[in-house]
Amino acid sequence: MADWEVIIGLEIHAELLTESKVFCGCNTEFGGEPNSQVCPVCMGLPGALPVLNRQAVELAIKAGLALNCTINGTSQFDRKHYFYPDLPKAYQISQNDRPLCSHGMVELSVGDRKRQIGIQRVHLEEEAGKSVHVGDSIISSEYSLLDYNRSGIALVEIVTEPDIRSAEEARLFLEKLKTLLEYTEVSDCKMEEGSLRCDANISLRPKGSSAYGVKTEIKNLNSFRAVQRALEFEADRQRRLLQAKEVVLPETRHWDEAKGMTFSMRSKAKAADYRYMPDPNLYPLQVDEAWIESIRQNLPELPDAKRDRFINDYDLPPYDADVLTTSRHLADYFEACVQEVDEPKLVSNWVMGEVLRWLKAHELEIESSPVAPKELGGLLKLIQEDVVSTIVAKDVLSEMFATGKSAVEIVDEKGWRQISDADSLEAIIDGVIAENPGPVADFQKGKTKAIGFLVGQVMKASKGQANPQKANEMLRQKLQK
Amino acid sequence: MFSSMTISQLRTLLRAREVSAEEVVISVFDQIDKVEGDIEAYVTLCRSEALVQAKRADALLKEGNAPDLCGIPIAIKDNISTAGLKTTCASRILDDYVPPFDATVVTKLKEAGVVIVGKTNLDEFALGSSTENSQFHVTRNPWDRSRVPGGSSGGSAAAVAAGEAIAALGSDTGGSIRQPAAFCGIVGLKPTYGLVSRYGLIPAAPSLDHVGPLTRDVRDAALVLQAIAGWDGKDPTSVQKELPNYEAVLSEDITGLVVGLPKELLDNELDPEAKEAIFGVANVLESLGARVEAISLPHAEYAMASFYLIASAEISSSLACFDGVRLGKRYGEAKDTTSMFMKTRGQLGIEAKRRILVGTAILQEDNYTTYFVKAQKVRTKIREDFQQAFGRCDVILSPTTPTPAFTLGHKLDRPVIMYKSDVYTSLANLAGIPALSVPCGYTEGGLPLGMQIMGKPFDEATVLKVGHLYEQQTASERRLPQKEVKANG
Repeated sequence: MADWEVIIGLEIHAELLTESKVFCGCNTEFGGEPNSQVCPVCMGLPGALPVLNRQAVELAIKAGLALNCTINGTSQFDRKHYFYPDLPKAYQISQNDRPLCSHGMVELSVGDRKRQIGIQRVHLEEEAGKSVHVGDSIISSEYSLLDYNRSGIALVEIVTEPDIRSAEEARLFLEKLKTLLEYTEVSDCKMEEGSLRCDANISLRPKGSSAYGVKTEIKNLNSFRAVQRALEFEADRQRRLLQAKEVVLPETRHWDEAKGMTFSMRSKAKAADYRYMPDPNLYPLQVDEAWIESIRQNLPELPDAKRDRFINDYDLPPYDADVLTTSRHLADYFEACVQEVDEPKLVSNWVMGEVLRWLKAHELEIESSPVAPKELGGLLKLIQEDVVSTIVAKDVLSEMFATGKSAVEIVDEKGWRQISDADSLEAIIDGVIAENPGPVADFQKGKTKAIGFLVGQVMKASKGQANPQKANEMLRQKLQK
Repeated sequence: MFSSMTISQLRTLLRAREVSAEEVVISVFDQIDKVEGDIEAYVTLCRSEALVQAKRADALLKEGNAPDLCGIPIAIKDNISTAGLKTTCASRILDDYVPPFDATVVTKLKEAGVVIVGKTNLDEFALGSSTENSQFHVTRNPWDRSRVPGGSSGGSAAAVAAGEAIAALGSDTGGSIRQPAAFCGIVGLKPTYGLVSRYGLIPAAPSLDHVGPLTRDVRDAALVLQAIAGWDGKDPTSVQKELPNYEAVLSEDITGLVVGLPKELLDNELDPEAKEAIFGVANVLESLGARVEAISLPHAEYAMASFYLIASAEISSSLACFDGVRLGKRYGEAKDTTSMFMKTRGQLGIEAKRRILVGTAILQEDNYTTYFVKAQKVRTKIREDFQQAFGRCDVILSPTTPTPAFTLGHKLDRPVIMYKSDVYTSLANLAGIPALSVPCGYTEGGLPLGMQIMGKPFDEATVLKVGHLYEQQTASERRLPQKEVKANG
């Protein structure tokens, strides 16, 4: 039986973080009242004309640079024609044969291996509006409502080469892409708000073959997990067909998340003809080398470079550096905290542990953490200075998340300051020795384990505030006398 | 009678307070009442609004700080958007469309103080050369009611010629200002591409579309151009340029100016009377100190094919938005979106459908290179022809049209013959250069003939100057079109 190689290519649409739309001045904020962010241009009223937003071009160039693309000095806006209610001009302004960016590459770590995924192109285009089907589904609804707030928002379409070889690689690629686009502040990549969308093309071929097999395109992929699951399903479906000597049909398939299956939507045997033509209203886009260079100079540090720096400068283990650099905000949070407490590994442990756990439980992103890096630093300093124990510090952090107060305030308010001074400890220890003659005798007979019990009693008597290390030392001194 | 005067004449009278803007507007509407039943130049008339605007103009004139065109009654072609005022493109599909915004040219005219008389008839979506493709009614030529006024700005040309407006705005994709101006014995100017904003002009073919004036004389064309020209941030093809004072330039002489006479535009298709008229013009210009030289535009013979391919491709795209979702009146009950699209678009007229079919066909992947790309290459060649020619001459002279106005219905079923009436004019649209049509005589039957003066990009000043001097020189031969218009009944 033949061994099959999976061939995957992705097409990603990412909304750009421009303040206004790509060809008009309308606001791009998400979630406004339907049709409140529109004008004659993005409503496609006849006679309105598109005027290109410079910021959109700049962000698309940034995306191209982050993906190691060539930025083309001359590119062309084309009209892509099709009839659909949410497309007000009945054509989308896009870029066809002369995209703004091309020939890029993204490097992935898949297990121990490095994989290079080619980027065929990154081009600039406009969003369509949004159809809201009244009723249960597009089929049963009697009418549809249209919201054009989204119409005309700037998008980049990113097309990979068919270089991806597994569903897992596809997910890893998307995670890397999201990191890159977030780092460069090109897009906020929120799949749930539709600001990042992905369609996947997949085909199989016998291992060793260089010709491509028949591919299917999968749509309705609403999360990275969905991309991986759908591709796993589809690879399996195609494999079974091919092994049974049946044919894979060229078609567009719909991923059903609940059923965990793909379903045929429409045949692709006859390719759609969009009747592309250069948009006569928009002259070819000229981008000069100086502009590209200034954008390149102003690119932020990209995740791979940051990861390496974290390992070298902060002496972090590669795992920590990987996790902390998955998002620019997380990395920034970490570094801001290290400014406060010069003990990177301590900071890393707390950020990756307690902080992320709490945020995840409360479905918050690091940038909206109620505890700012400076505040976390304040807490970690108390640990460094033995003011609180690690155990108490966890409770302090919970309080900080809940109340927004500083670590010092909470420790003082709750009386959680660790008891480290000898006089206070001595009184407690003497009490514990007096009340526990048995374990004391055990210890003095050489059963060193008994010390643990006694320290526990000191902690209990001090309501957890005694410095356990100090208590241990003092107990030993007293009992060895 | 004020309705038959020029802008410059009225401007003097209005400023001297010898006549009020209100009286001028009333005079224009009196004339409309007399002749409109016969001419049918308008789709919409704005009588009461015009009177309000006239009173406002009078207030400004009284204060003594009136803008240039203050109180001048002007008609607007009904494919130029007017906020709050129906803009139909003479199409059933837009017969209730009220734009929420003014075209930039309308904004500028309002700032210049004009009074808007109404919206004029046109071939549906400006597709045609006779105004017979209007889905509402035909417009008749004021010189001979059995003849077409030309098109597609036929309503604007007829209105100005018949005294139903002092001046008008038109649009010109392949000759739609100049050809009706020639047919109706008035002046029409297609400016350089990018000089006048297209924002708000409902597009036919955006790379060929222009907005420009139709007026009684060349001076008026200069005055209207001055008001509407200039950079507009809303039009991405608008060009930033320092504008000359177009009226001031008119008084300069043309000694030593070189006039090119392209042999390709004086061919066998040309009506002998029209040909004769052009040689007459050449003589007049020489007598004024200009030098006339034979030149060649070697690719001119391919212009028609190139023009119709490019125009049709762009038109098929421009008209795609009329799908019944928001634009395009929905007709009948549709059971799904596809049938809604089809029923709505089925309302388009025959010429629109013809261009959509041709345009759609040539944009298909299999045809794109063979037709569309080749047509663009021809367009580049034509531009180069003009660049070469303008290395030798300052302006190029030709007839505006091969024939005078033809009779109604004559060419309607013969589209290719109809298209040929744009043979001389569409060159300037392909090249984007300024072109002016000026009356240059009459046929034996008394129909007006027009000459076309083409110029270098953004050199409207020279084009207007030549037209103006010719007009001055031949003023005594000039007939007033309105005189020919017999009042109804």
